[in-house]
Amino acid sequence: MLFLFVINISLGSVSIPMKEVFRSLTGGIASKETWEYILINYRLPKAIAAILVGMGLSISGLLMQTLFRNPLAGPYVLGLSSGASLGVATVILGAALLPPFLATLLLSSYGIILASSLGSFTVLLAVLAVSHRLRDTMAILIVGLMFGSLTSAIVGTLTYFSTAEQLQKFTFWSLGNLGNLSWTSISLLTICVAIGLLLSVFSIKPLNSLLLGENYAKSLGLNYKKSRLIIIFATSILAGSITAFAGPIAFIGLAVPHIAKLVFQTSNHTILFWSTILFGAIIMLICDSISQLPGSDLTLPINAVTSIFGAPIVIWLLIRKRKMMG
Amino acid sequence: MENKIILQGSQISIGYSHKKEKTIIASNIDICLEKGKLIALIGANGIGKSTLLRTITGIQKPISGTVLLNGQNIQEIGALTLAQNLSVVLTEKLPPSNLTVFELIALGRQPYTNWIGKLTIEDITKVNEAIELTQISHLAAKRHYEISDGQLQIVLIARALAQDTPLIILDEPTTHLDLLHKVVLFKLLKKLTQETQKCILFSTHDIDMAIQLSDEMIIMTPENIVQDQPCNLILKGTFNTLFKDEHIIFDASKGKFVIS
Repeated sequence: MLFLFVINISLGSVSIPMKEVFRSLTGGIASKETWEYILINYRLPKAIAAILVGMGLSISGLLMQTLFRNPLAGPYVLGLSSGASLGVATVILGAALLPPFLATLLLSSYGIILASSLGSFTVLLAVLAVSHRLRDTMAILIVGLMFGSLTSAIVGTLTYFSTAEQLQKFTFWSLGNLGNLSWTSISLLTICVAIGLLLSVFSIKPLNSLLLGENYAKSLGLNYKKSRLIIIFATSILAGSITAFAGPIAFIGLAVPHIAKLVFQTSNHTILFWSTILFGAIIMLICDSISQLPGSDLTLPINAVTSIFGAPIVIWLLIRKRKMMG
Repeated sequence: MENKIILQGSQISIGYSHKKEKTIIASNIDICLEKGKLIALIGANGIGKSTLLRTITGIQKPISGTVLLNGQNIQEIGALTLAQNLSVVLTEKLPPSNLTVFELIALGRQPYTNWIGKLTIEDITKVNEAIELTQISHLAAKRHYEISDGQLQIVLIARALAQDTPLIILDEPTTHLDLLHKVVLFKLLKKLTQETQKCILFSTHDIDMAIQLSDEMIIMTPENIVQDQPCNLILKGTFNTLFKDEHIIFDASKGKFVIS
């Protein structure tokens, strides 16, 4: 992971020799001042962001897969990211309608995180309410998809009424971007992800009992309502804050827990939790490194890379599931 | 004299209440579950067996009357204490997961483990005891979806045993099983009540087998609910009131139902 971290930092539109990267990271000064500047203020925050995003999204996916008893659950698939988008869109695009001082307050990082977390929280609650009536795996996915369409429709309507400048800001955000995060944003993101992960650690035991289903879990002394609330809260804060800073990032939340499950062949959340965190960070670093397109000046949107990597995994899972049924 | 009663329900009415409307399914129920007894709950489909089980396991409130577990109102017992006194085996399917049989049984130790669910040496001993009692050590390393329905049912019973509670309640444990596995399971339940002095209550539709093996039976009919020993119930002719069909007659000499 450390190796990937260094690789990730050394890649980018300005090529910086690996040796210089090492020297700078270990406390020395790189031989060119511009390199030093790029490393400290651009590459390093981006690599840290990749790690945070990878860990957070993967864990929120793991939590949802167990909570919904559904292998295909994840923050993107269930419309959580769309919910967060809706929250952000309302703030970015709707700010013009509000008095100026409120607008500046909302457009600050805090406002965007809050809106984004609230958005994903709302969608998660809605999906949860629906999933109580529909126990079917596919139905829940379709509901998530519908929430996605619904929110994008609302976002579409909002864009119609907004200025070109606002629109550009929102479009740029919605492509997903790990760069351009200041150290302040990074520290905010770290706090949010840390809270989410901490809540998840305390949910490990309830999650294990939920492997037997809700009723068995209750018979084992689990306070289901409380645990569910903690899990939902953790998921929302993880997915919400990450989406607020990095934009909607597809499939990481869905695919990484499965990779962890495949590698360790277990459902024990004590093992799954740590392996998912590790794999999440590693895979996000790889995806981000790929998005830099080594050897070229171009940078791909991170969302495109994760989708290319994640979509086939979903298809493969669906096929495998069919096999197990038949 | 030692108190043998684990759970007692006196004059309970079961049913559902939606806001103001109350649907009463059965009332005036008196039941008493004692240590070391294997008790069968029988009754026709839709008579309220599951509702009764849900009520005495504290999942659902009785419309009236109280259920006492160790002399304490079950609705007022904390979830954790309840889990240490009462374990269940349900009819519902397990969600998909990679759990092995050992891990599944070990989850029965959750009411005793710390905040992260770490198994102590004592927990592992209890799990191994449960595996030994149910004779499933050859399954322990398998995944729960790799074994047959009959084996899974026994694994779930082992899980309830690992939970180490004086009372175990099973909801229709013999459905989907063939004759051989039904007999294996009934004998296991009988053995457990004798060897561990636990009380086991189970609902079933295999009435003739329940008559032969259980210590007591609770029979639910539309008119009333009776708890007694199987031979007394035969003498009283209670089984003939079980099904409202003149073609189904209980033959007391054979101890089973015949169709005329």
